[in-house]
This record gives sequence, C-alpha cells and structure tokens, in this order.
Amino acid sequence: MSQPFRLNKEGLINRKKKISFTFNGKKLFGYEGDTIASALIANGIHLVGRSFKYHRPRGFFGAGVEEPNAKLQVEFNGHSEPNVNATEMELVEGLSATSQNCWPSVNFDIGAINNFLKMFFPAGFYYKTFMWPKSFWYKIYEPFIRKAAGLGVASIEKDKERYEHKFEYCDLLVTGSGPSGLASAYAAAKNGAKVILAEDKPRFGGTLLTDDVSIDNLSGKDWAEKIITELKSMPNVTVKNRSQVFGYYDHNMLVMFERVSDHLEKKSKFTPRQRLWYIRAKETILSTGSIERPIVFGNNDTPGIFLSAAAKEYMKVYGVLVGKKPLIFTNNDSAYETALEFKKNNVEPIILDTREEHSSELIDEAKSKGIDIRFSHGVIVANGYKKVKSAKIGKLNKDKNSFEKIETVDCDCICVSGFWTPSVHLASQSGNKLKYEEKIDAFIPDKKKQHETSVGAANGSFTLEESLKHGFENGSNLSAKITETKTEISIPNVNEKKYGAHDKFWCMPLPKNENPKRFVDFQNDVSVSDIEIALREGYRSIEHVKRYTTLGMATDQGRTSNLNGLQLVSNIENKIVPEVGHTTFRPPFTPITIGTIVGREVGMEYMPTRKTPMHEWHEKNNAVFVDAGAWKRPRYYKQGSETLFEASKREAKNVRENVGICDVTTLGKIDIKGPDAAEFLNRVYTNAWMKLPVGKARYGLMLREDGIVMDDGTTTRISENHYHMTTTTAQAANVLSHLEYYLQIVWPELNVNVVSTTEQWAGAAIAGPKSRDMLSKLYPELDVSNDALPFMGYKEAEFFGVPSRIFRISFSGELAYEINVKSDHGMFMWEKMMEVGKEFGNQPYGTEALSTLRIEMGHVAGPELDGRTIPSDVSLNGLVSKKKDFIGKNSLGREAFNVESRQKIVGLIPIDRKSSIPEGSHIVQDQNAKLPNPKLGHVSSSCWSVENNNPFSLAIMKDGKNMIGKKFFVVSPLKNKSIEVEVISSHYVDPEGKRVRS
Amino acid sequence: MLYIKCPYCGLRAQKEFSYGGDATVKRPNINEEVSSEDWDNFVYMRKSPRGKHIELWQHIAGCRQWIKVQRDTATHEIFQTAKVTEEIR
Ligand SMILES: [Zn+2]
Repeated sequence: MSQPFRLNKEGLINRKKKISFTFNGKKLFGYEGDTIASALIANGIHLVGRSFKYHRPRGFFGAGVEEPNAKLQVEFNGHSEPNVNATEMELVEGLSATSQNCWPSVNFDIGAINNFLKMFFPAGFYYKTFMWPKSFWYKIYEPFIRKAAGLGVASIEKDKERYEHKFEYCDLLVTGSGPSGLASAYAAAKNGAKVILAEDKPRFGGTLLTDDVSIDNLSGKDWAEKIITELKSMPNVTVKNRSQVFGYYDHNMLVMFERVSDHLEKKSKFTPRQRLWYIRAKETILSTGSIERPIVFGNNDTPGIFLSAAAKEYMKVYGVLVGKKPLIFTNNDSAYETALEFKKNNVEPIILDTREEHSSELIDEAKSKGIDIRFSHGVIVANGYKKVKSAKIGKLNKDKNSFEKIETVDCDCICVSGFWTPSVHLASQSGNKLKYEEKIDAFIPDKKKQHETSVGAANGSFTLEESLKHGFENGSNLSAKITETKTEISIPNVNEKKYGAHDKFWCMPLPKNENPKRFVDFQNDVSVSDIEIALREGYRSIEHVKRYTTLGMATDQGRTSNLNGLQLVSNIENKIVPEVGHTTFRPPFTPITIGTIVGREVGMEYMPTRKTPMHEWHEKNNAVFVDAGAWKRPRYYKQGSETLFEASKREAKNVRENVGICDVTTLGKIDIKGPDAAEFLNRVYTNAWMKLPVGKARYGLMLREDGIVMDDGTTTRISENHYHMTTTTAQAANVLSHLEYYLQIVWPELNVNVVSTTEQWAGAAIAGPKSRDMLSKLYPELDVSNDALPFMGYKEAEFFGVPSRIFRISFSGELAYEINVKSDHGMFMWEKMMEVGKEFGNQPYGTEALSTLRIEMGHVAGPELDGRTIPSDVSLNGLVSKKKDFIGKNSLGREAFNVESRQKIVGLIPIDRKSSIPEGSHIVQDQNAKLPNPKLGHVSSSCWSVENNNPFSLAIMKDGKNMIGKKFFVVSPLKNKSIEVEVISSHYVDPEGKRVRS
Repeated sequence: MLYIKCPYCGLRAQKEFSYGGDATVKRPNINEEVSSEDWDNFVYMRKSPRGKHIELWQHIAGCRQWIKVQRDTATHEIFQTAKVTEEIR
C-alpha cells in the first residue's frame, strides 16, 4: 500500500516502524512519529469532519495546538476519547479514529442542509431562535441544541487508566523549547538554578526543527539536540516533552499537563496515562512562541487549505506533502520558506503576495529558483466542496479593495500566511495587561503582575538572533538573582534569512455580487458577516461581540481567529485595534482530560476513609456501613434477610429491654489541660463549669458568637487541671479550631492547651436496663453501684488488664456507660464485651438504632442543631447560665430570638399511628391550601418509636409547645405524601429522665 | 493556589490553611458590659475592601496556629504575614 503524499526521505519520522490504524473504518498505515493528521494527509485524506453549525466539510488547517477543525473521536488502548486534536495525537498501533459532528457519515452528512439554510443561522442565532415560547425549552429547543452542539461522544465506561498529580518547585520554569526557551533554560542551568523545561510537542526545538537556519555552524535541529542532551545530563534540570503548561495561577503557580503514555504501545501497570503538575516557580520564562494567523477569504474553510507554516512542518517533520499543486497566499516573507520547501521537493508552487512587487532576501531566492510569484495578488474564493480544486484569484488595485484582474487557477491546496501572533495566553493569565504592538499587528505582554518574562516570538521578536539573545540574557539574569552565580555564556553565531516587512492586510475583499462565506473562527463557524451583524445590532464591547457571535469561544480559544476578529471590529467601528481591546484569556490553554484534573482522587481515594479499631469486627458481623464525614460507621447489623427498618427496630428494642453496645469511637475527643482549663470551659460552654468536681462529667452546650448552637457533648474532669471533652462526630474539627481561636487570639492570657485525641481512644457505649449487670462482669473488682458510679460519674479502671476510662453518660436515654480504651485495645475491648454480654442478651447496635433511641427520648442532634437554632429553640435553655458570661451570650438577648411565636422543638405522631413521616416534610395547617402554602415548621428527625410501636418525629415548629394537642398536616411533595399529625411533647419516652439515673 | 508564609513553618500552599476572616475585629471583653450596637458590630459588621486586608488564617494542616495575613483582595498579593501577637503595619 503506497502513501501518495509521503516524501521519500524528508522528515523526522521512523520509517522503519509502520503503524496501522483505521480512519472511519478504513485500514491505513503511518509511521512511528506521525500524528493522526500527518498519517492521514500522507494517505491523501483531507476531509475529516463537519463544522459545528453549518456542517460544512472540514479538513486540517494547522499542525499542532492551533488546529480548529480536525477534532476526532479516537479509540485506543481500550478507551474512547472525544474531541482529540488529530494534529497533536501521536499515532499508535491499532488506533481507530472517526469523524465527529456528522451523520450518517462525513462524506454524506444530513446536517449539511444547514449550510444551504445559512441565512437562517446568523449571529446570535441561538439567542434569537430559542427564546420563545418558554414552554418549548425542555422538549424541543434544549435537545436540539444539545444534539447540534455535540462534538464527540464522552465514554460512559469507567475510566480504567491511572492519572497522577505531582507537586514541584523550581527556580525557573521555561514553557517551550524553541530557540528562546532553550537559550533561557541553558543559561539558567549553567548558573546552577533548578530548572524545568516544558515542551508541548513530542520533539524539542520548536521552530528550529522547521526553519532553515544555522547556529554555530550546526543546523537548527542539531543545535537544539545538542542543548537538550546537555540539559538532560544536568542534575539541576528537568526536561519534559509532551507537557503543556496550560494555566498560570496566583503566586507563580503554573499547572502543566503531561501526556505520559498515550503514545506508548506497551506500558507498565503503574504508568499513569497523564500527569498534572502543580509547579511553584520562583521565575517563569514564557517562550511559548507564536502562531501563524490566516488571511480571510471566500470559502477559506475548504479542506486542503492550510496555514503556510503547517504545510512546511508537514514536509520537514513528517515528510508529507499537503498537496502537489500548492497556492501560497501571503502578506509576508515567512510563507516563501514554505514555497522554497515545496520547490526543494520538486513541487511547483505559485506565490500570491498581497504586497506590491519588491525585493528581499527570500523573495530574491524564490525568484532565482524560478518560482511563480504574483505580487498584489490574493485568493478571492476557493472552489471545491470536499477538497480545494481551484481558486479564483485576483490582482488587487492600489486601494486593495477592488480588483484589476480576476482569474481562476487550478490547485489542490492553499497555504495561507497572514503573519504571526505571539502566544500570550500564559502572560495574560498571569495578570499581565497586554499592549498592542503596531509593528506586528498583535498584542504582546506589557507590565508584569507576577514573576514572568516573555521571550522570543511570544514577546514579538521574530528573528532567531533576537530570540536567542533575549533567551540567554533573561535566563541568565533571572537565575543569577536566585542562585547568586553568574556563568558567562557566549551568544552563538547565527545564520538566518532576513525577512522584509509584512503587509497590514488581513481580509480579501469580495467582487460585487459574490457572497461566499468568509470564516474568521473555523471551530465555531463564525464568519465575517456574523460579526458585521453583531455590530449592526448594536454590540460594541469586544466581550459582548464574542459572546453573541461565539467568536473565539471554542476549544481552540480562537488561536487563529482572535486577531482577525479584532481587525474586523476595528475596521467597521473605525477604531484602532488597541481601542477595541482583546478578550480575556483563561486557562486551560488546551483542553485537558477530566481524568487528569481528578487524578488519583477517585473511588476509595476520593477522600480518606476513617475506620474505628473495631471496623473489622463490624465487617465480619454483617454491618451495613454509613458515612459519617470520612468515618465509616455501622448503620445496622443485618441478620438474615432483615431490612434496615427491621434491623434497627430489633437493635433499638434490645437496648430498651436488655443491653446493647455501640461503637462510639468517632465522637470527637479533645484533651484540655492547664491551670485555667475550668475558666476556659466556663467561657466556652453556656452552663457553669467552675464547680465540676474531679471524677465527674457534665453535659455542655457551646454557642457561636451569634447565639446559634454550635455543638454539644459531655466534658469530664479527669484531674485538677485536666479535662476530656467530647464533641459530635461532625463538628470535631470545627470545635478544635474554635477552641484554638479563642486560646490563641481572644484570651491568650489563659494558660490552657488543647489537642485532639479522637484517634487515640476507642469508645464503646453500653446501654440498656441490664448494662450495670454487664458492667459489673466487665469490671469484677470495681464497685459499679449507683452510689459508687452515679449518673455523670467517672472512673478509671483496668479492663481485663488494659487501662480504661468509664463514663456514666447516656445518649440513648437508658442506663448507660461509655468505656474508652487506647485505640490499640479497641478490638480487644469490643470482643470481650460481646463475650461477656451474651448472658444479658447483649447485641451490637448501629447508628440507625442510636437515632431511634435518641429521637424518642427527645435528645437533639445535628438535624435540630442545624445552624439556625438557639438553646431555647431546642428546649436547652436550662443549660444557659444567667450568672456568667460566655461565648454568644450577648446575642441571646436579640429581639428575634425572644419572640413567643419563634419556631421551637416539638414532637409529632401520625393520627393513624402508622404512617411514617418523611424527614424534611413541611408542617401546614391545611394540606389543600393554595400555594404557596404557609409553612409552620419542618420535620427534623423521624423514627419508629420502639417504646410505643408507632412513628414519632421531632419537628421545629412555630409557637412550639403552645401547639401541643393540635392537629396539622405534614406534607412532602418530594415523596408525594401528606399525613395528618398531632403535636406532642418532644420527650416521648421517659420525660423525667428516670432511667439514666436508675 | 496562594502561597502563604506561616511565621512558624515557612512558605506553604494554601491547601494547608483555612480562612478566618478580618483580623482587625476585636471581641468585646468577657464579663464586661457591651452595648447592643458594639456587639452587633463585632458579630455581624465586616468591611469588604478592595485592596489591602488584614485577615486571619489557620495553619490547620500544619502547626495549627492562627496567623495574620495582609493580602490584596483584588490581586491576592500577600504583603506580610505575622503571628497573631504581632502587629501588621
Ligand atoms: Zn505553620
């Protein structure tokens, strides 16, 4: 199988290694080192996709990141990736690429009818067409837009690949390995600086690979290779290819996207596919080069039309001809190099130069080689639908707005050059306000906000000599400031061709009565007339024009279209370009995969998993877990075919009748020490703490300064100056920060230290009427009678030989204890409890049973302490001291907190004693009232009361206790339920609290 | 991501810190009478300046110290960081 457009020798590809792949099902081959684009062009394939809006046939336009058209769906290594840039993706064995945005095929696409209806698709089309009627949105407009806007198809399979994140620090980050980047990196490396050199492409060297230059008598390519080899050998230098620095963030942090292994046929199991680098650089060199911009003309999107530098790159890097009958359309000298390269490969180009006849080094060389040059000429319109066949060209009059002569010439490709646009994206992202450089008709970096320096073409210097000088100087000076070492480097001798001045010409006029589409933005199908319409309709700000026409808003970020768009606006508005200004550049510079952003933080690694020391036991005993922050807690222990409801009822009932144990390790624990600890607690909690004796626990309530309840828990006085505080599982971290805030900032005079001991202790609650009997078996030596260890008592004792703490505290409302042992002994404690508890009917219980027990007792928890309630809202005003000051006290006097009708806690039971009440339901007077139905409160927690064998809920309700005895409805539109309920006390079981004291 | 110099630990990534609001707010003294207005100002009223702002951050994933940071709210430039016991001028 021959490749009709492959040159015999040219190029940097490995001709020894053939790679087979398919395109739209057709079997083809290329070589190692090809991109999908170069391999397809070598095979004579140009039609690769359909355009976004009009479904026009599209081919390749560029040879790298600038490509606006050739986005393919690519399958390789077992996954399918949409919107892959064919000009960047390297060919790998077995790869299969297909065209996007076309149906049923790229050759015959039904959507292309849009092309013939283009008068109906003007600028602002989406805004105009899809506005009315509103009811059409969901069923008609939105599906249509989604379908039409579709580029590729995202895979719904789980991504099996591995992605990594890496954090790196360096003295100097160099973004781009063209001449100025290499020079900067080299100079800095010689000064001993820690350097990272990043190159987006697989090959280092940038334009040195394609320009006909020599440095110190070496070809550009050989010089680049020499420098790279030396840099790689230096321990202070990291050199990375296939690595795009795509974002410039605050404090000189740059983010780089490394394509680690997509180009590899085989890789180890642990090789990531892609890697995201967070690089904190002291200084950054932006050597991102420049991108050629096109000249706008009729049907300039026809397949076979290329940027001139891309055509040269295909020849010099890939050994591929983009055509055999080229037209070169230019306003500057650089395209002459492309023409000369064609000529060198025995292809006869015609040069159409918009400038009047003149002479320069390159023009003279082209002339001497016998190349057909036509000055004052340009392409008016390209002919051919799926591929360029000929072009109507015109000789321009002096005004460059009319034609002296028009003719048609045959061609199979058009290589266009409208001069060069510095890639200023990173500089702009860093906060650098760009300035317009008249000399090159483009923006370059101006005053810097961060530690960045643009060099070479990215800074508007388009000669090799200047780029190298600039690179060496800046690399040396910036690094010398950091390393305080300066190594002298002699700037090498350069041999390059001198360019003449370019023509400030960017758009071909149209002859009268001709109206072909002239595209400015290929990827988003924005044409000259779209921008004209936007301006006619009154859009003035370039940001508004951008959004209305979608100019520059596609994934290519308008790399080839921004400046031409600005030129058009400035011409029509009769303003100069700097007055029009430019739109904002935002990261990422190129699209990056979601996988890379996510990195390893998927599945189990999404967040850390905290397991209690007894976790394995729970697992072995059929615990069904629930997430409590990062913790895994047993929700219930499933027996046989039990449901959650059945199991939690069984577990809760067993606590009420016998005894149960619950893993409470996850509760926050804070150790508080110091002579002022009591005073500190007295300020932190709403109740009094100065008189708590050693060996006693107390329930405490803490508020925020605005009077809202922050957390609750028990704190025990372990010894004179030592307290053990517990917090809720959810608030543990916040409470610690809160305490540290007051100790470090507000009351530094208090001599107190706090430290989290949550993970140092394993905790188990023993609850139920038989818990004392069980405890006495666990501590045969200890007097655990009600007198010796009363409610809120505390003791330290050995638990079968290991030290332990016994707290007589209760969350379930039953007679209960909590045992803490060091974490390492947690499993031992638990297994011992299970063993000893057998004779008392002990069963483990999970969070669901725990909730049931606390709800029917009327104990508040997270759903009631929801950041909106003050102590009196949840019947905890008994804990609020009137005698002393504490955090948040002054707020409790606020008027709104003291109105009688304020929402307060109540209990609810369904009238039918059967219907369970969904949490979050609203309480209303009349379930049939007109919407919006006035809301009287909401259901905060619901359970099946095991004590009374019917549903019971806690609610926060207007007028609170005054409503007791009245009937209302709770409605849950979400669950489509409406239930009649009666308001009762929130303390449904044991309101006097006799059990905990028994 | 900001780069914040903890006065105890040195330059660390923003990820290690949590934000704590205006550092110039002073809590009324405990056990002292305070007018409703002064209290409300303390609890609720905060300036939202464009430009220099002295604020609290806590080095939660580091030394756990609360620190002062003088930052430009528009550009994120950090001019100075200090211990809470030190003054920022
Ligand atoms: Zn620190």
